[in-house]
Amino acid sequence: MESTIIKSVGYNAYFGDNHVVKNVNMEIARNKAIAVMGPSGCGKTTFLRGINRMHELIPGATANGQILLDGEDVLEMHPIFVRLKIGMVFQRPNPFPNLSIYDNVIAGYLLNGIKLPKSEKDIIVEKSLTKVALWNEVKDSLVKKGSFLSGGQQQRLCIARAVAMEPEVLLFDEPTSALDPISTSTVEDLFHELKRNYTLIIVTHNMQQAARVSDLTAFFYMGELVEYDDTKVMFTNPKDTRTQNYITGRFS
Amino acid sequence: MTAKKNISSKIKFRIGISGFFKGLVILFAFSCVIPLLFILFYIIQAGASKIKWSFLIHDELSDSAGILHAILGSFEIVIFASLISIPIGILCGIFFSENKGSKFTYWSRLAVDILQGVPSVVVGVIAYAWLVRPFHQPSAIAGSIALAIMMLPIIIRSTEETLNLLPDSLREAGYALGLPFHRVVLKVIVPCGISGILSGVMLSIARVAGETAPLLFTAYGCTFLSNDITKPMETLPHLINKFATQGDPKVLDMAWGAALILLFWVLLLNIFTKLITRKWKVQL
Repeated sequence: MESTIIKSVGYNAYFGDNHVVKNVNMEIARNKAIAVMGPSGCGKTTFLRGINRMHELIPGATANGQILLDGEDVLEMHPIFVRLKIGMVFQRPNPFPNLSIYDNVIAGYLLNGIKLPKSEKDIIVEKSLTKVALWNEVKDSLVKKGSFLSGGQQQRLCIARAVAMEPEVLLFDEPTSALDPISTSTVEDLFHELKRNYTLIIVTHNMQQAARVSDLTAFFYMGELVEYDDTKVMFTNPKDTRTQNYITGRFS
Repeated sequence: MTAKKNISSKIKFRIGISGFFKGLVILFAFSCVIPLLFILFYIIQAGASKIKWSFLIHDELSDSAGILHAILGSFEIVIFASLISIPIGILCGIFFSENKGSKFTYWSRLAVDILQGVPSVVVGVIAYAWLVRPFHQPSAIAGSIALAIMMLPIIIRSTEETLNLLPDSLREAGYALGLPFHRVVLKVIVPCGISGILSGVMLSIARVAGETAPLLFTAYGCTFLSNDITKPMETLPHLINKFATQGDPKVLDMAWGAALILLFWVLLLNIFTKLITRKWKVQL
């Protein structure tokens, strides 16, 4: 029996009067990788940012409906608690340029003023960097600045930074669109490892990526959740003609 | 054939114009430096002979008259002005950059721009009306507040412009880790923009260090070493003004010496600013 970790009930998101996410109902099971795909401007990123309340940071952005995290509505919770439970990785790698690699990993503790003994910090840093397959590459240069790394390494550092907070869910907003093909495949490999411990929601406009990394796929079109099913079913036997048109490349 | 010839002669003409224009740009760029070189040359020539140890460690009343009281007074007044204006200025700059769209920001920013354009003598008169007249005596602190008002717009605008250059992704990285607003500002935004903020602060200090008008009727000036900020205090620009208008050639020489010291101070501040900006620059 799979347990639901996130359940979206009639979720709507707006930019001013612009209704960008329309009545989304969706259940996400624990320890699965969910790909969210759709053409540009279909509301997939907005929906993702709604899950950890990042959406409302944009002036004029509002939302209603419910997004339940373990049965608790994140729209009712304080955003800080939501974001501690739901980590996020962005489109462009954004390590803190003023912090070392080591400090970047524990940034969630460091910048929140949570004091940890050195030994515990060492463990968190090594564990998190190992999880993102970066430990061997950077273990000798932990004191260097995060911006010293290559783009792909920076993105894995950002994933490590999110993982270090031990969240339940990790959100990825087109995490490989700014990376080269080799870094992309490294990050994609990570998804298989990460979903043992976390639930992953990955926004991508790369269909092949969705097919490669996810267990389930959601297709958004014009702000609506058109179809949500097993990735295999979605790519071989989609029910909705819009999904069919999208995956056969009739529009993008 | 003639068409081709036409084109090549046109191109030759353009190359000529281009060369002429380049020369013009270099000429004007150089002519900007000339006044500075003249000022430097003149002040060093006139003031260098005065710069002796005794000139720097005595006040005006001693037998070997010096300008120590003005140097220390200038330092003290500028330091107090900084203590007032730096926190307010930086916080205000942060506010402007974090609330770009709001009406309140628009009007406050306009107010800051206007404040920057207020003549320094007017600022001095205001400080006089607020702080000198009610207490019936000029005071160093009144001078500090006048200078602080002059520093504010420079610090605010440079802070705001520095922070506006930081990518939004940095703020988002902070928020996504569950940081509250004040921690995003203090732990992420400000450290990343620190070199720009500091250079604004240093430039504002360099700017007011030489201001005379706001001090004329606030800090006023005195002839001996004084550390009481509720009493009048001498400053370098005020001392130069006083000595230069007395008509005594000996005293005029002292004004040149003081001018050299002041110039040197401001120059050092500017060099220091450049160094800080380079050293603390965060590579984005």
